[in-house]
Amino acid sequence: MTTKLQHDIVKIAIASGKGGTGKTTLATNLAVYLSAYRDIILADLDVEEPNSGLFIRAEKVFEDTRYKMMPSWIEESCTFCGLCQDVCNFNAVLNLGRHILVYPELCHSCYACSEMCPGSALPMQKHRMGELKHYRNDNLDFIESRLDIGQEQAVPLIAQALKYAVQISDEKSIMILDAPPGTSCPVIETTKDADKVILVTEPTPFGLHDLKLAVEAMEKLGKEYVVVLNRFGTGNNAVEQYCENSDIRIIAVIPDNRKVAEFYSQGLLVHDKLDDFRESLDRIKDYILE
Amino acid sequence: MKEIVIISGKGGTGKTSLAAALAFLSGQEAIIADCDVDAADMHLLLSPDFGQAEDFYSGQLAIINNESCISCDLCRQKCRFDAIDTDGRSYNVNAINCEGCGYCARICPVDAITMKDQCAGEFYISRTRISSTLVHAKLAAGAENSGKLVAKVKKEARKLAEVKNKKYVIADGSPGIGCPVISSLSGADFVIIVTEPSVSGIHDLKRVYELVRKFDIRASCIINKYDINPDITARILEYIDSVSVMHLCNIPYSSSFTRAITQGLTVMENGYTEIEMLIEAAWDKIRKSINN
Repeated sequence: MTTKLQHDIVKIAIASGKGGTGKTTLATNLAVYLSAYRDIILADLDVEEPNSGLFIRAEKVFEDTRYKMMPSWIEESCTFCGLCQDVCNFNAVLNLGRHILVYPELCHSCYACSEMCPGSALPMQKHRMGELKHYRNDNLDFIESRLDIGQEQAVPLIAQALKYAVQISDEKSIMILDAPPGTSCPVIETTKDADKVILVTEPTPFGLHDLKLAVEAMEKLGKEYVVVLNRFGTGNNAVEQYCENSDIRIIAVIPDNRKVAEFYSQGLLVHDKLDDFRESLDRIKDYILE
Repeated sequence: MKEIVIISGKGGTGKTSLAAALAFLSGQEAIIADCDVDAADMHLLLSPDFGQAEDFYSGQLAIINNESCISCDLCRQKCRFDAIDTDGRSYNVNAINCEGCGYCARICPVDAITMKDQCAGEFYISRTRISSTLVHAKLAAGAENSGKLVAKVKKEARKLAEVKNKKYVIADGSPGIGCPVISSLSGADFVIIVTEPSVSGIHDLKRVYELVRKFDIRASCIINKYDINPDITARILEYIDSVSVMHLCNIPYSSSFTRAITQGLTVMENGYTEIEMLIEAAWDKIRKSINN
């Protein structure tokens, strides 16, 4: 059920098919820049490699461990009927005759084995998957979620971080979601409830190819999306041609500048250092507030 | 046969460019595998012929037959993924949210729900313009199961390497530390971590190395764009030394990478001798280490 509150927040996801095109640079600079005008919530949902926190200076106000629910076996209650293994579509439960094995990395927490077990021998229990931290600096709330190393599934943690971000928001907030690279399930989880999606790309055949994949995913989700073209001036003009032919808006270009890479390498924001970068941010701000 | 996997943690550090360069150098000695199935780019540099193609089926989607549905609402109540909606009259599955667990189909009292196999992408075996074999794939937009598709790409690449008596499988991995990366690391003999000297680069390098450590694989490192931030390059060198990761080379910030990509070439083919020499020396080190 969507509450009225959730409707009123503007959620902007920053995504890209290809990695390293400037998602985090854009998300962090945009969040800090916009926080001069509005209440901003920045959520780093690239839980496998969260980097936004390296650029945000703020005070930690909350932190906790995040869990997913998984069945745990109680030997005394088990009749070894094998139903648990039969109902699991992910091969996460194995009936060895005298022992039931649960593979945490394969379990999707659907509860089928647990709730259908005739002897209630597979109660659901918490299983650690990562952490969530909440930082604040004036008008900026920053949420970082971090997957434990060795955990395979990013999606449940992304879902929890998003839920947390919605809980702390009010109707005037603008939420900026820093997505992971790619076009598979973690990106879908990040973008599926966004109002607008900004796809960051670069003017190379890799940038173009992966942009097309991201566009395909956004079309499938029925999202409103636009493009920001980073490192403009390198490569070729095929991304611009593609966008023109496909009626995709390029809302801003960010000129290629080694200085941006150097500031970025040091963990520094550039919105207050480079004029043309700030002009690009202004164009993106106009789009967000449209 | 030895399997070499190239990963990075952070995206955009130059994995694919370097994997393609090694593919070029290894020539007929290797089968190339593009394991970055949800943003596969290797084919843009190696011009494969997509000679063999097949659909990749994985995962399921629930389908509700509203003619037999009695609106008991049980499926909607039991679904943990908010994938079943109702307008009071009919029930529908939200394909984006459905995980394919099949719980709803099992408990529906009138068997109104069926599970349908999903085409999660395509899989290819190709001959490249440099006459090597490329095993690659395309995950369907927004599909799950990228880890399984990676496993399939690797399995086929290994099989081909055995049959054709190749010395190496060279696999280009995906960014991150989650299921596709874990899948590309499993069974590998040698891993190359490509990093860059930025606060993000070193942060992500450490996380991905923590993952690599869980496997029994020899690890090595290439620092790309090393001259962007000499301080962090020094810190990376110190870190990899402390965890006994072999240093392969430092590559300077260079327009050759973007130029090569734009021309559809590997960085070994567009006349930047300095870059070519560095990568050739790295390939020598890799071969020596792996055959030792």
